[in-house]
Order: sequence, then structure tokens, then C-alpha cells
Amino acid sequence: MTEIRDRIIQIVAEQAMLDPSELKLEMSPQDIGIDSLGLVESIFAIEEAFDISVPFNANEPEKSDFDISTLGAIVAAVEKLVAEKA
Amino acid sequence: MNAKRTKGEKTPKSERKPGKVKGKVKNATKIARTMLGRVIMGRHANGMRRVAITGMGTVNALGRDVPSTLEAMREGRCGIGPLEFRDVERLAIRIGGQVRDWEAETYFNRQQIVLYDKFTQFTLLAAREAVAQSGLVFEGELGLRSGVVLGTAAGGMNTWDENYRTVYEEGKNRVHPFVVPRLMNNAACSHLSMEYGLLGPSFTVATACASSNHAMGLAFNMVRSGAATVMLTGGSEAMLCFGGVKAWEGLRVMSKDACRPFSATRNGMVQGEGAGVFVFEDWEHAIARGADILAEVVGFSMSADAQDIVMPSAIGAERTITGAMLDAHMRPEEVGYINAHGTGTAANDKTECAAVAHAFGHHADRLMISSTKSMHGHLIGGTGAVELLACIMALRDGVIAPTIGYEEPDPECALDVVPNEAREARVEAVLSNAFAFGGLNAVIALRKA
Repeated sequence: MTEIRDRIIQIVAEQAMLDPSELKLEMSPQDIGIDSLGLVESIFAIEEAFDISVPFNANEPEKSDFDISTLGAIVAAVEKLVAEKA
Repeated sequence: MNAKRTKGEKTPKSERKPGKVKGKVKNATKIARTMLGRVIMGRHANGMRRVAITGMGTVNALGRDVPSTLEAMREGRCGIGPLEFRDVERLAIRIGGQVRDWEAETYFNRQQIVLYDKFTQFTLLAAREAVAQSGLVFEGELGLRSGVVLGTAAGGMNTWDENYRTVYEEGKNRVHPFVVPRLMNNAACSHLSMEYGLLGPSFTVATACASSNHAMGLAFNMVRSGAATVMLTGGSEAMLCFGGVKAWEGLRVMSKDACRPFSATRNGMVQGEGAGVFVFEDWEHAIARGADILAEVVGFSMSADAQDIVMPSAIGAERTITGAMLDAHMRPEEVGYINAHGTGTAANDKTECAAVAHAFGHHADRLMISSTKSMHGHLIGGTGAVELLACIMALRDGVIAPTIGYEEPDPECALDVVPNEAREARVEAVLSNAFAFGGLNAVIALRKA
């Protein structure tokens, strides 16, 4: 599971042009400095990395089953999707 | 009538009468008067000509001509449904405003179809209707003084898609010789010029979702300035194919179920396809031949947000709305209806409403604003052209097309969006908004003829 977390941190850090060590799980995408376009791109990278399909509509992010409120929430949601796939 | 004067003697000012001079001077006067005449003939004090719309045509999900399209808008009918084309099962987004059961053979012969991508087919069919309505025949001088400006975002997308499939998926190493002339963005414009013998300025503009409005704005300015007598204008899009929808899917702004502009429950845009073509004609020319004038084009404004490649800016939209009214010498209180860009995305609709509220002040609560995309979908580069039909219907028939799919008020879109049902209302002036990806804005203003 730490493998999934580290890979997501790596993806998001690359998007935000930060060092992975600067990211904390309680940070929101805004805290990290990722806008809506950056978020869409990060989710695409996550889908590619784990071969999953993330249910995310930029029009209603809060209504989505996929919680993007914090980095930790994203990690948990991806872990769930990866587990469902297995 | 004058007493004889010796050579070199001046005629007293009081006795000089224009039109009575002779010889070389007469020619000079004639030239001067002709030049003066050009200025006086136009109705505008600045010498600009008035611009009449004397023909309109369309193909879209609501109908294959203007009467059926306007009837659907009056009834608030939805043209959006399940998409039907190859590989649609591999898409997450499977709805759209598709022109159903389209058979090119009904309208074109084999030699034409070989050269016409679907976006060209739509354009030509819409143009046939528009030109027939106008009654114009482009012969002699008129052909030389007439042209075409069209908008499209993706041009021959179906041709790209089919031929990529041929070489990449099917592994073939040969494609049809006419792939390039079929897919190029100016193909529809060129075929239209050939069909009617339009020898004047002709070109295509691509500004994503504002393409048609930019095209019509440019056509308007060409007729207004006297650079052309007639311009065929509007736009077309045929992006509903696997590659076209797959690309949009990636942006995650598409709805899986419906286009509900301004509703709190909206969850994205829905693509459409089709074309709208109009005849923009020099007012005096239209009057002289006794043409039926459908509406007058009176103003146009365009601008760039210079800010973000996808997120719209309320300030940019407001600037363009205000600019169109200034160009038209139109007071905000005169505007009775706005055909909104109204894509049904979270971002566009609230930004557009904020822009309208700022641009109109108190009058924002009195005007009507609707998004017909809820019925025909978002035709991307062709959308402004199809939406201009709703503007003409408002002016000419006194019917305001509704925003259908409206479920719940959104406090951030607190305007009269004409929810779900068309309304009868007398309006004298209207605007049509288009705010494209890339922050490129284009607003056009019309008045009742």
C-alpha cells in the first residue's frame, strides 16, 4: 500500500513542480498549488499508472465518488479502486 | 442665364449651381459627387452600410431545415440522445446532439461525397436553404462582390478519424487520394464558393466554440465597410465520431446524461453537430431588390481574456458584451434577449451570468437569457450559427427559445433563463454570446428588421 501512496505523491509532486518530500497527506490540491486543469492531468496520470478508471467530473468534483479533498483522500480512493480491480 | 463674363472672371458665389458646370470640370464634379454619394447612401452617419440578413439555413439535431429547428425550439424538444457510430461502446460519454440517419446520398452524388467530409455536407445543405430563401443569384458583378466566411473548430474530423483508423488500427499503408482536400478546415468554405460562384473574399476561422460568431462578425464588418455586397457566413462542425468524443472525454467536462445550463444540477456539456449558414447582405442592395429582411446585424465585438486556456473570465465576457452594444449604438435597456453561451459546465454558466449581471446592471433582471445548447447540444465551431436562429426567432416571431433540462435554481445563475418552456415576448434587440476555450470571446448584436 505504501507503494500506491508513494507513486501518487510522485505524480502529484511532478504536476505541482515540487519535491515529493514537500507534500503531506493532509494537504488539499489548492495547498499543493494544483488548479482544476492540473487535477484533471494528475487523475489521468493516476489512471495510467494503476490501470484504473477514476470517476471524476470536473463540473461536480464534490459530488464525485472519488474524494479529492486532500492528498490522503486521493490515496485512499485509489487504494480502493486498485483493490476493487484485483 | 448668366450675363456673359470675360475669361478668368469668377462667378459670384450666389450664382454657382452644382450640376450646371461643363467640360472637364463636370467629370471632376461627377467623381466627387459619386464619392460623396457613397457616404450618404449608407444609413450610418460614419459612412458604414447597414447589414441585412436575407437568408438562413441549418442542419442540426433538431431538424434538417430552419422551420423544423425553430418548431423544436418552440416546443422545447431535446435533440440529444444516444450516440450511434463505430466504437461508441469504448466511450464513457455516449450521448450527443447527433444528426440522425444521415445519408449523404440523399443530397449529394458520388463524386461530391468523395470530396465532402460531413462538416462540408452539413454546410452545403444549410447554404442551399439560405441562398434559396434570399433569392440571390450570384452573377456578374455580384459574384465578384460576394464571399464566404465560415467557422469550424475541427474541420474534417471524421475524415481524420476514419483514415487514422485505416493506417494505425487496420495497418493499411494506403489512403484515399482526397484525404487532405476533404479534411482541411477551409473545405466547406471553398466548396460553398464553388457552388455559388462567389469570387470575393473567402476564408475560414477557427476559434473553438466562438468560431461561428467570429466568422459572422467578420462577414458583418465586410458588408458594413463596403468590402463585399453579400457574404455567406455561419459555421459547421461534425466532431461526433470516436476520436472526436474521446478527446473531449479526457477533459472531464462532459455530462453523461444531459445538458442542463444554469440549473444547479448541471454536470457538464453535451456535444452536438451540424451547421448554420446565413446570407448577410448590404441593406440598400436588399431593399433595392425587394428582399424579405429577416433581421439586421448591428454590432459585433471580440476580445481575448489573455488568462487561461480553458477557464473563462467574467471580465473578458463582460467587456465583449459591452463592446457589442457600443458597436451597435445600443443601450443596455434595449436588449430583450440574449442567446447565452450556456454550455452547462459549472465554470461557464456562473461566469457568464456574472458577466451579464455586470454588463447590464438593473436591466439584467428584466432581460431573458437562454441556452439552446440544452436542445441541440454544443456544436463547438458551428454553435453560434445555429444559435443565431433562436435570436432571429425572438426578433421575427416574438418567441423566446427555452433553456430545457432546468431543474433547480443556482444562486450563481440568478437570471431569467426562460426555463423549460418557450415564451412569447416582443423584443427589439438581441445579443448572441460565444466564449471559447482559449479565452476568445465574440458577441454579435441584432435588431428587428
